[in-house]
Amino acid sequence: MRIVEKAQLMSAPEVDRTLHRLAHEIVEKIGGTKNLALIGIVRRGVPLAQRIAQAMRGIDGVDVPVGVLDITLYRDDLSKVAPQAVLRSSNISFGVDNMDLVLVDDVLYTGRTIRAAMNGLFDLGRPKRVSLCVLIDRGHREMPIEAQYVGRDVQTSDTEIIEVRLREIDKEERVVLVDRVE
Amino acid sequence: MTHRFRDLLALEPLTADELSFLLDQSKPFQEIQRHPLKKLATLRGKTVALAFFETSTRTRISFGTAASRLGADTMNLQAEASSLKKGETLLDTAFNLNAMKPDCLVMRHAASGAPSYVARHLDIPVVNAGDGTHEHPSQGLLDALTIRDRLGTIKDLNVTILGDILHSRVARSNIHLLGKFGCRFTLCGPAMWVPRELEKIAPGTPIRCVYRIEEGLEGADVIIMLRVQTERLDDPPLSANDYILLYQLNGERLRRANSQAIVLHPGPINRGIEITPDVADGPRSCVLEQVTNGVAVRMAILYLLISGATETDAHPALEAQPKESTNASD
Repeated sequence: MRIVEKAQLMSAPEVDRTLHRLAHEIVEKIGGTKNLALIGIVRRGVPLAQRIAQAMRGIDGVDVPVGVLDITLYRDDLSKVAPQAVLRSSNISFGVDNMDLVLVDDVLYTGRTIRAAMNGLFDLGRPKRVSLCVLIDRGHREMPIEAQYVGRDVQTSDTEIIEVRLREIDKEERVVLVDRVE
Repeated sequence: MTHRFRDLLALEPLTADELSFLLDQSKPFQEIQRHPLKKLATLRGKTVALAFFETSTRTRISFGTAASRLGADTMNLQAEASSLKKGETLLDTAFNLNAMKPDCLVMRHAASGAPSYVARHLDIPVVNAGDGTHEHPSQGLLDALTIRDRLGTIKDLNVTILGDILHSRVARSNIHLLGKFGCRFTLCGPAMWVPRELEKIAPGTPIRCVYRIEEGLEGADVIIMLRVQTERLDDPPLSANDYILLYQLNGERLRRANSQAIVLHPGPINRGIEITPDVADGPRSCVLEQVTNGVAVRMAILYLLISGATETDAHPALEAQPKESTNASD
């Protein structure tokens, strides 16, 4: 089996513009940045959340807190994932009670990651509201979960994979659609 | 970077890389100790057998708490109530526990090597919770984690271990772990407990034995106290008063160590015997952090061993992933 690149979905400037648009949408819909916090899901949700927070500083002049959440311990497939998935540290240094939280991730697919993330969040307290922001929504949901803020909807087949490459982690920046072929 | 462990029987055979991995993987569990809700569902439906053939309070409670915070259930065997008293062999007891289908066996035994012996006959992971005078791996790890948190590193430190080192599995686990990171050891205590042969237990690690506490504390970054087993003070004869006079760690003696030096003790402490209350409760003391970190380290151990042992087929989404990418596993 080989993995081939089928299409580029976003270039680096497009990723940037999309994140700015998402920042505006969130501030508009929530009506400001008071009690607002972003929670980046490890790994690629973290730089995305940081960049959205940076864009919000330009809008409202306010530093929106950014938390880091590793969902490995909250997964529902302990017996199926590669053995001993490496745990990364979560870091949510603010209280979540009565906060307006926005979970940030790169790709929304089955919804299981978001289910796990919500379990993790509720171990920390009782937020007022939790919404979801993703760069790409590729469909194929297995949970009743939807994103309120979506960078782009992409129709995909089961065999396809969306790769979000970010300069903070991957040393290049673009979103590509790849496929597995025999 | 990941490592796989089938069992955790000793720290001596592990590499610095593997030990660092175990310490790093304990960090997320340290955070969970600070959460208002500390219970995870990660190991829901799994069972941890706690077999303490030698009595223990804090290690047993610590492993039990670690298991329950991961969502696992526990089954308990305690020496006093066990059928060992009725003449069952160690292996028969282990086979019987295993027949109740636990996913991991945590075991303490008075005989060095007993957990390794049992592990060779069982197909589930075995964790050594202290065996004779051999090792106490989870204690060694929680001590290193505590030192790393306080001093920012475990590399190239001067470590002084005080007390009955001859009979201490804690001291051996500390030496085998910290020695791999370039630490230098000074072992200090009455000559009957600090024989010169101890200088050779970890080839490549500088170890020296000294018999005057003032000399032992000079230049120390870390002081690891061991509990004086008062039952051992009579044989060979050394009165508690003599021990206090010669080896008690008090505020004045502590001044000989480095100004940032920290004091560890695996507990239970004998206040007024090996350590004075002003040191035990002072800012240099890490005793209670050690206890908190113990739960985190044991959660990491149970998580790594049990999740590693339950590997079945790879997740279809992960299987197709190029290396580290995680988005398709959503």
